[in-house]
Amino acid sequence: MTIQFNDETFRDDYSYHNSPAAIRRFPFPFDKDDYMYAVNMEPHGSGRAGSPFENRFDVDEHYVAEMRDREITLKEDPLRCQSLPHMELAGWDLLELIMEAKSEDYPELFSLHRDGDRWHWINRPLGIDHKFTFLDPTTLPYGPMEYITRQAQGDFAVLDQRDGNLWMEAGMVTSQADWSLDFDIGMNFFEWHAPVPLAHEMGIFQRALKFLLAIQQDAPSRRLNWTMTVNPRLDTSPENYHKWGPEKRTLTPENTGEKQYLRVELQTFFRLPRSNGLAFPIRCYLISLQDLVTVPKWGRRLHRVIRDLPDELAEYKGFTVNRPLIVEYLSRFDDGKPTSPGIFPDE
Amino acid sequence: MPATKFTPSIISRPIYGGLTPHGTVPALMLASGPGGEALLDLIAADPAVLPHATVIYIPEGSDLGPRLEAQGPASYVEAASYASILPRFRKLLAEAPMNTRLYLAGTEGLIGQATAEALAAGMLLEAIEAEHRGSLARRMQCVHCKGITEDVTTDPFTCSHCGLSLFVRDHYSRRYAAFQGVCVDAETPGEVPPKQEIKA
Ligand code: HEM
Repeated sequence: MTIQFNDETFRDDYSYHNSPAAIRRFPFPFDKDDYMYAVNMEPHGSGRAGSPFENRFDVDEHYVAEMRDREITLKEDPLRCQSLPHMELAGWDLLELIMEAKSEDYPELFSLHRDGDRWHWINRPLGIDHKFTFLDPTTLPYGPMEYITRQAQGDFAVLDQRDGNLWMEAGMVTSQADWSLDFDIGMNFFEWHAPVPLAHEMGIFQRALKFLLAIQQDAPSRRLNWTMTVNPRLDTSPENYHKWGPEKRTLTPENTGEKQYLRVELQTFFRLPRSNGLAFPIRCYLISLQDLVTVPKWGRRLHRVIRDLPDELAEYKGFTVNRPLIVEYLSRFDDGKPTSPGIFPDE
Repeated sequence: MPATKFTPSIISRPIYGGLTPHGTVPALMLASGPGGEALLDLIAADPAVLPHATVIYIPEGSDLGPRLEAQGPASYVEAASYASILPRFRKLLAEAPMNTRLYLAGTEGLIGQATAEALAAGMLLEAIEAEHRGSLARRMQCVHCKGITEDVTTDPFTCSHCGLSLFVRDHYSRRYAAFQGVCVDAETPGEVPPKQEIKA
């Protein structure tokens, strides 16, 4: 499989776009017509062929443009990438995990040659050809986590595991749905989830943590999360909220299909072998409503989900002001017919 | 002024359990303003805490100093401000024996900063007791420019560094010893709601 990488932007003129193939393989997050928080975890690593779940780290047509966008964000705000001193070993774990997975799953794009601790990494899409010594930070231009996550789509949180909890102590976060790595660094699982409504009371975080603490090496898991974003913007950070906030109010009945995006996070969980830490990649997928409704099942279902979503969730996800416009637009694509179970389009 | 009772909030927001005496173990006591009353109550509850106690008091206009000193702790020092006493407080933390208890009383800013120092010095959270007394002012971090504004008493407030109008969140970082402030008119520039006093 060869991938044509898009020349596109996630800011300013927003030239981001999905090819017809990217639309078909979009990770639509709803397996039924309504939505509520749940401990929605499943094994990850060998999902349906062609889907974003096929490989451990999905590489798609947006790869090169996303890495360019990350570089811009980091230049403006280096605090989006942080690693407490004791997290360096976990950074090497993550580098190894990503290099192994990508070179095995996409051999035409990435290669890794290893001779003891002397490693040779080739990343063809980004034009990187680099020899370094594994576990020797002086042979890399950045720390190991920063080095590899500048070459991997999605955000990354790296958690230390101790005292029966997970601690957010490293991360690369440039495409987040409105939370701050800099503020959350040092927090445990319950603390960084504090702002989420309802889920604490439902016992979801207690059960989720138990599940995460028990994740074994080579047995990764995944879940999907979602929100709504106006314009295909990766950097919807609180840091820059005063810059992208006004765009949220530019939605009109005429432009909703084009400007309103469903934002889906494919969140995966990997145990790290040397540090016993946990890697948490958060891969962001964006699709405009007008592209989404080209799959009739998705148009029908998204209409019902958004229309019936509990107010607390719409408020937390930040689209209360735009919900009427979104529901009105989507209602045009809902003929009331039943939908099939599962997330994939009907053939 | 009694201990403040806060409305229940989200999990990252600190809860101050109040000061309960732990007997004769080595103790570091740090209080500001009306927080001095909490130390007096602690000592009254169990005078055994005194012989091994180092007391630092920041009066902030309060006249409790002489009464605290008269209790007869192992050592007593009065400080002009938290910033001025910080180097000495750090040294005390660094030299504190393993079983030392830390008793903190005063505003959230004082409790939070002293807690962060103690944790950084290797103290366990379980060894730290805190009681809120006095002003409800919060120490706020601007999520945009990262600057800290001390003694915030209204919501919204103006960031003392970048000048944005920020609303006051309950989300709290122990590392920064600060709550998060977020631009209140980000989506509708210029539409800043009227200021309200922060409540408990
Ligand atoms: C260890 C890995 C994880 C990390 C680092 C993480 C991080 C986060 C962060 C930073 C937020 C935003 C909170 C805010 O508003 O500031 C969030 C939201 C959330 N997380 Fe997690 N999370 C993890 C695992 C999980 C798991 C396993 C679940 C399973 C139920 C979960 C459920 C949620 C939910 C329901 C939300 C609210 C999302 C929304 O409504 O858009 N998280 N998470």
